[in-house]
Amino acid sequence: MALQSCVNIKKEWDIVGARQMGRDIAREMGFGTVDQARIATAISELARNIYLYAGSGKVCFEKIDTIEKRGMCMIATDAGPGIVDIGQVMEDGFTTSSGLGAGLPGVRRLMDEFDIKSAKNVGTEIKAIKWLR
Amino acid sequence: MDVVKSDAANYKNFLKEFIETQNERALYGAEQIIKTFIKRNISPEEIVNLHILAFAELYPNITPEVHRAMNFLLETMISYGMALQEYQALREKQLELQSEISVAASMQETLLLTEKPCISGLDIGVISIPAQQMNGDYHHFMKGKDGSLGIAIADVIGKGVPAALCMSMIKYSVDSFPEEAMSPQMILNSLNRVVERNVDPSMFITMFYGQYHPDSEMLTYASAGHEPGFHYCAETDTFSEIKAKGLVLGVLPDTEYQQYERKINKGDMIILLTDGVTECRNGEEFIESDEVLERIHEFRHLPAQEMVEKVYRYFERMQDFHLRDDFTLLIFKKRV
Ligand SMILES: Nc1ncnc2c1ncn2[C@@H]1O[C@H](COP(=O)(O)OP(=O)(O)OP(=O)(O)O)[C@@H](O)[C@H]1O
Ligand SMILES: [Mg+2]
Repeated sequence: MALQSCVNIKKEWDIVGARQMGRDIAREMGFGTVDQARIATAISELARNIYLYAGSGKVCFEKIDTIEKRGMCMIATDAGPGIVDIGQVMEDGFTTSSGLGAGLPGVRRLMDEFDIKSAKNVGTEIKAIKWLR
Repeated sequence: MDVVKSDAANYKNFLKEFIETQNERALYGAEQIIKTFIKRNISPEEIVNLHILAFAELYPNITPEVHRAMNFLLETMISYGMALQEYQALREKQLELQSEISVAASMQETLLLTEKPCISGLDIGVISIPAQQMNGDYHHFMKGKDGSLGIAIADVIGKGVPAALCMSMIKYSVDSFPEEAMSPQMILNSLNRVVERNVDPSMFITMFYGQYHPDSEMLTYASAGHEPGFHYCAETDTFSEIKAKGLVLGVLPDTEYQQYERKINKGDMIILLTDGVTECRNGEEFIESDEVLERIHEFRHLPAQEMVEKVYRYFERMQDFHLRDDFTLLIFKKRV
């Protein structure tokens, strides 16, 4: 797999930095405007969760470039409190901003692939991929 | 779902027509395209994108400011699109739940089915309509070996699924009591213990239990905080309340219910109901319980089943065909 580029998330402002880096990579890879906007929004949601619930962490990007598929992978990691009931947070309508469609279920819809690993008091790793079509 | 080429071409044509002629026909055409987009779950950001592309093709020389402004709009539509998808997912979930509930409701109907018994000299009518899909009211007939007729009518405070579950439990408890224990007082005493042990304290259940003995023409009864019924006396052509003291079921474990009795003469009627009947509303105002009795009096010459149906139709119409609470009305007449 290709090289990772990461943005550390500590302050709210860092969310903007993560969006910027993600967008640059997406544009460079040839994603259209709609997908760029979706990727940026997904980054916002993941980075904002790190900022709000874990305090700090990072968002990393990888280009996936194989013979079969090209795409962009984002990985949000933190060493925060973890998500205990993943099934519950992935349910529609569960988010604190309920009814805005945002949050983790929203990210799953914006991206093509989505995976969460989390352990209580250890941290959370969320991986999401958007394929180039 | 993605926008297909033909949609894009149609959209572009209507856009062009509109820009050039401001023609209403173009807007109508666009409206029809958008409706198919909605049907196919095409997100708002995709529509904005379609617009941007169409516009750029029609006017290749637009300024970068206009182009950026439209991209800005596209970005802001992403969140709208997410909210829309969430609503759609929730709506599907709701439909699923609704069909599950209607299955549960028909199961409940089967579970709580009670047959109106044939007792010579008695004409029985009963109607029980839930406000929502599942009924939190309950009525049950039991024919004793001694020829007596047991009649239970009960109401769970609350409606919907929890109330309905509670009622199924009540029915099976009553069914499991031994026949010797079938006096109204003893039934309520036992049920009270069942409810006290098994039902959440926030659920209140009221019940009236009556037992009619055709030989002696006596009705014995007891009540656990249930809406009082009425006795229509044919001789005096008047109604009197069937008062009976008793605590709601499940409040105290050792409640002893009092048993009462009254003579039922030829032409008399016993009217049992739940508060869904007495709390019918006319606009914002509760109806007077007199109004129920007036209707019953008006229909008194009809067969009992027709009476209860007519009374129900009357109040259903009064409330614009929308019940606020489960409605159960039971009338039995002693034939002349
Ligand atoms: N990185 C994380 N570490 C710990 N808990 C998290 C993390 N991300 C999410 N959570 C928990 O999962 C819940 C759901 O997150 P999600 O992003 O779906 O919704 P939200 O943040 O509550 O609301 P919204 O994102 O819609 O404003 C959060 O309320 C939080 O408790
Ligand atoms: Mg969030």
